[in-house]
Amino acid sequence: MSTEHTRNGSLFTPFNIIAGIILAAGVVVTIMRFTMGLGSVTNLSDNNPWGIWIGFDLLCGVALAAGGYTTSAACYIFGFKRFHGAVRPAILTAFLGYALVVFALHFDVGRPWRLVYPVFYQQGTTSILFEVGLCVFIYLTVLFLEYLPAALEWKGGFDKYRGILVKLTMGLTILGVILSTLHQSSLGALYLIAPSKLHPLWYTPYLPVMFFMSSMFAGLSMVITEGMISHKHFHHKMDDEYNGGYLDLQFAFAKASAWIMAGYLAMKIMGLAMDNRWHYLFTGYGAWWLLEVVGFVVLPCYCYAVGYRDRNIALVRIAAPWTVVGIMLNRFDVSLIAFNWQLPSVDRYFPSLGEIVISLFVVTIGVLAFRFIVTRMPIFYVHPAYKDSSH
Amino acid sequence: MKRRHFLGLLGAAGVSLSTGVSAKAASSADVKGLPNANGVLFDASRCIGCRKCEAACNQVNDLPKPAKPFDDLAVLEAVRRTDAKSYTVVNKYTPEAGRPPVFRKIQCNHCMEPACASACFVTAFKKMETGAVVYDPSVCVGCRYCMVACPFNIPAYEYDKALTPRVMKCTLCHPRILEGKLPGCVEACPKEALTFGKRRELLNLAWDRIGANAGRYVEHVYGEREMGGTSWLTIAPKPSFAALGMDEGLGVASAPELTSGALAAVPAVAGIWPVLLTGLYAISKRKEKIAEAEKKTAVDAAIAKASADAEAKLAEELSKAEVANKRRIEVEVKKALEAAHKEAEGGEDA
Repeated sequence: MSTEHTRNGSLFTPFNIIAGIILAAGVVVTIMRFTMGLGSVTNLSDNNPWGIWIGFDLLCGVALAAGGYTTSAACYIFGFKRFHGAVRPAILTAFLGYALVVFALHFDVGRPWRLVYPVFYQQGTTSILFEVGLCVFIYLTVLFLEYLPAALEWKGGFDKYRGILVKLTMGLTILGVILSTLHQSSLGALYLIAPSKLHPLWYTPYLPVMFFMSSMFAGLSMVITEGMISHKHFHHKMDDEYNGGYLDLQFAFAKASAWIMAGYLAMKIMGLAMDNRWHYLFTGYGAWWLLEVVGFVVLPCYCYAVGYRDRNIALVRIAAPWTVVGIMLNRFDVSLIAFNWQLPSVDRYFPSLGEIVISLFVVTIGVLAFRFIVTRMPIFYVHPAYKDSSH
Repeated sequence: MKRRHFLGLLGAAGVSLSTGVSAKAASSADVKGLPNANGVLFDASRCIGCRKCEAACNQVNDLPKPAKPFDDLAVLEAVRRTDAKSYTVVNKYTPEAGRPPVFRKIQCNHCMEPACASACFVTAFKKMETGAVVYDPSVCVGCRYCMVACPFNIPAYEYDKALTPRVMKCTLCHPRILEGKLPGCVEACPKEALTFGKRRELLNLAWDRIGANAGRYVEHVYGEREMGGTSWLTIAPKPSFAALGMDEGLGVASAPELTSGALAAVPAVAGIWPVLLTGLYAISKRKEKIAEAEKKTAVDAAIAKASADAEAKLAEELSKAEVANKRRIEVEVKKALEAAHKEAEGGEDA
């Protein structure tokens, strides 16, 4: 699985060794989880039913997989054709991201084989989680269909099906934006039901809008970040179309991110102003809120803006991973750090080793799958046989 | 009919999906959901912390025996919550130093519009006509969103079961009510701190008791309006409910009201986005077309201008060349004439 294209041809590269250790540990924890129950490997409790498998695997996973809908919308709907080379890597990242979100949920829910119940068996339409589940289920299918042409080109001999899928591009893109709007915002809306548990600095009726807006710059920043990493490791796979649009795309996404982050900042401030919650800023949680908003929204937004203005790509490439960390911090704040803030510290949650191992396990599978696919399938380049029918 | 009323209220947001009527509007209608719902009134001033209700609950629900027996009152020294093995617990509080402690029993409050039921994406929770909020483990996926949603931190989970974990909580002894019996805890209480009855009658009873004992009780029935109201009602001696670990800031908005706005946005997004996005696509396509056409026009014009320029230049060059040629011819002619002239002169000399 992981032998291909290593620099010295050896199986035992540092990366492969670490990945192997994580996979082995993940298998052990998986066996424990499904033989001894959630209690044996997690720090979840009756007061803290959701831990990092929701806060990181689900919330961060979905937010950071937003590059799929943002990039394909930019290219196909808004007419930025010069970004075409970036669409396939973004779609692949998104597809793997969502697939792993669903995979990780199998660890978290009590009876994973019933995960299809809300869609096919008994629908709880009053639940925000129903909306999330339905959208994620359909969107995963959409992403699979958007990714599929690359796999079919690689295998060869499926030109008829590939042709149908390519014709569906526009429809799938629009469907992707609708579904993303709905479930990205719904992940924030999940917490609307618990005003007494989420700290007032984070609880606002704008939560769904904030989650949606932040998913946009999360996706854009993730595309820039993924591009930086991919360039380091898979440069030999990239063709002129990809490389030609690469710098242009990073500047354009930096500009877009800066604008959206400015709008997001305005929402954050309106959230405080609406319910006059300024006084909470002078508490410990207030300092933490300021760290999140100033340290991980205002500053990277400024770097993006200056980086774009001065054509300073180095600054843009600092801002992108910075923003990604900021998004993760925000999702952790809403789901874990500012959640159950009124409980005494002994009743608060901190992830167990088992939970961290499974989260790393899931990320590692994602990285390995990404490497497996981009070293084989036409992701960073247009397949020579399909140069003329590229969509 | 009543149940349908309730479900209508509960599902206001969901209904809005199909009818397009604003969920807020639907849920603000004054629906008297479940007027005959049962409930229990708990009077904290009467509770002596004997834990007999805990024992009875454990017995009627066939829950596992606890590590320490129910007559061990030392357990009360630590504040506890409900868990997978106990649907109800009694906690001890000392609101005012030097005064006797006050005890409070906690269990599911059986909300009129339950957050757990609103949050459940497989409708595993249902508010019954008896007033009970009951749970169906046969459909439960185990997402535990009900536990996140519950403002009273009541549902517990069987974290130690590998493959068949359930959410565990008080059922208001729904099966016993159907048999005409009292809930286990109510039956066991030796001090009549618990009163079972129709919720609306219990509300009257609660207010009568507050009024009849001037100054003794907090002038509030906890659960009358909290989170849209609960079947389980509590009255407590002064100074406050907060002194008994009860959240006094929950507000009166029910769980469906908190999420109806977000759910109502679903049809809006699903309806507007495709139109807007297709429009944007058309605009960008049209822009492209116009740009293409403009480019073509500009190129054509440039070509036309270039060829006109070239022609003019050619003509100019030609005429220039003509002038130059003429001049050269003239010079040559002149030269020849001069030469002939000289020759003629020379001939004359010779």
